[in-house]
Amino acid sequence: MSLKKKISMTVNGTLVNAEVEPRRHLVDFLREDLHLKGPHLGCEQGACGACTVKVDGQIIRGCLYLAVQADGCVVETVEGLTKSGVLADLQESFMRHNAMQCGFCSSGMLLAAAELVEKQPKASREEVREWISGNYCRCTGYHSIVDAIVDVLNARAKGQKIKPVTAHA
Amino acid sequence: MKAAAFDYVKPKALSDALSLLKQGGDDARLIAGGQTLLATLNMRLSEPSVLIDITDVQELKGISVIGDQLRIGALVTHTEIEDSELVAKHAPLLRAAAPHIAHRAIRNLGTWGGSLAYGDPAAEWPACSLALRATMVIHGPAGERKVTANDFFVDLYTTALEPDEILVATEIPLAPSNQVFYFHELARRHGDYAVAGLAAVAQKDGTTLSHCAFTFFSVSSTPVMATAAQNLVNGKPLNSELIAEAVDVARDEIDAIADITNSAEAKKHLIGVLLERGLKHLLA
Ligand SMILES: Cc1cc2nc3c(=O)[nH]c(=O)nc-3n(C[C@H](O)[C@H](O)[C@H](O)COP(=O)(O)OP(=O)(O)OC[C@H]3O[C@@H](n4cnc5c(N)ncnc54)[C@H](O)[C@@H]3O)c2cc1C
Ligand code: FES
Ligand code: FES
Repeated sequence: MSLKKKISMTVNGTLVNAEVEPRRHLVDFLREDLHLKGPHLGCEQGACGACTVKVDGQIIRGCLYLAVQADGCVVETVEGLTKSGVLADLQESFMRHNAMQCGFCSSGMLLAAAELVEKQPKASREEVREWISGNYCRCTGYHSIVDAIVDVLNARAKGQKIKPVTAHA
Repeated sequence: MKAAAFDYVKPKALSDALSLLKQGGDDARLIAGGQTLLATLNMRLSEPSVLIDITDVQELKGISVIGDQLRIGALVTHTEIEDSELVAKHAPLLRAAAPHIAHRAIRNLGTWGGSLAYGDPAAEWPACSLALRATMVIHGPAGERKVTANDFFVDLYTTALEPDEILVATEIPLAPSNQVFYFHELARRHGDYAVAGLAAVAQKDGTTLSHCAFTFFSVSSTPVMATAAQNLVNGKPLNSELIAEAVDVARDEIDAIADITNSAEAKKHLIGVLLERGLKHLLA
């Protein structure tokens, strides 16, 4: 029964072919087989959101999705989305607000925040809180995380961009 | 924790899914959104030997209006319902309820049919389907049969579905133009299952309500309709005395049961709180 299945998917822009056991969930596949350590695993029950990744353009819980289900899909992790610049203003805003402590929740928070900014550009502070309540931050940095997201929403509404950080010599 | 090993198949046609299900017997499990199933597999609460992934089956997809019914395919996700113009127009109660289901990443995968088939008494869709007098379209080895929501939810996590059957879609009568609705749940945290919730619809003419459907969830072993309270309110001008009377009647008629943290008495109290708020909202 440990019969492996052949799968192929696009991960962060690269076509990947692999053989996996059906029971292997997507985040184990990404972390163990592809060495993408951005998506984290907390509860493996869908409760904490640390495993958030994008499949075919939507955020999902990577622990409640099998690698075999992703056959033929486009998968994006924080690594790929960082490279493409999609998360740049959120990342900059998180840094300015110190919206992270240990950083364990940050990749999931950023992906969830990015979907909010895209789908509900007029979200109120209360709606930001509700949305982000699906992602646990064990360091309880919620307040600054909400501040960081609200700043991005405001900046985008004014057509401004929070510029990505540049290294200072 | 990690799931025990299982095999995985992904049929493309409903007929193939049905024969795989029959062939697999007790060891086979359908997987739709997987947002309940994979959590239970990860916890090893269940160890099926094969998962039948039905997400490629076209017959189970899409939202459409057919005659005077809104048809919602079993595979329609919570997010699709949340974002659908057709739903907002023809079954606005569902639009209001959707954001209360878990969080977006879960709503992006979890399905209408999976939620109904699972039959969690604390879930939003079973209660809404009951309030909207929905009909379940079910396929099995003997072909198609239809079951009303009223007959579908049998007991705790138990529906009228047989193990070799698949829920294909649900048909909901289109909301008449004078339909009013109320959806509210009392939860500890947004996205958590409710301690108690109310999904209500009625037709409104001035201050008079008719065709009332007050469905409570998370208070009993299935979603429940407060039929005596509905009958009391139907066709009479709504005022504060009638609301108070309806609240008493609803508390009386519903056989509330306790959960881990809340007593049956507390649930009964909340039933009244919700109905009072709901009726005031509908009157306003
Ligand atoms: C952290 C978390 C919080 C949640 N919070 C809520 C909440 O607040 N409210 C709520 O309602 N839900 C909640 N859920 C559950 C979620 O909504 C699920 O998506 C839903 O209950 C099941 O749908 P699914 O498509 O994921 O089904 P699956 O997990 O794929 O299947 C569930 C069951 O239904 C069967 N099944 C699926 N489709 C069919 C079909 N078409 N015909 C026959 N049988 C079928 C499966 O075999 C399985 O037994 C939560 C889940 C998680 C992980
Ligand atoms: S690890 Fe997936 S939600 Fe916690
Ligand atoms: S920063 Fe540590 S878990 Fe959120």
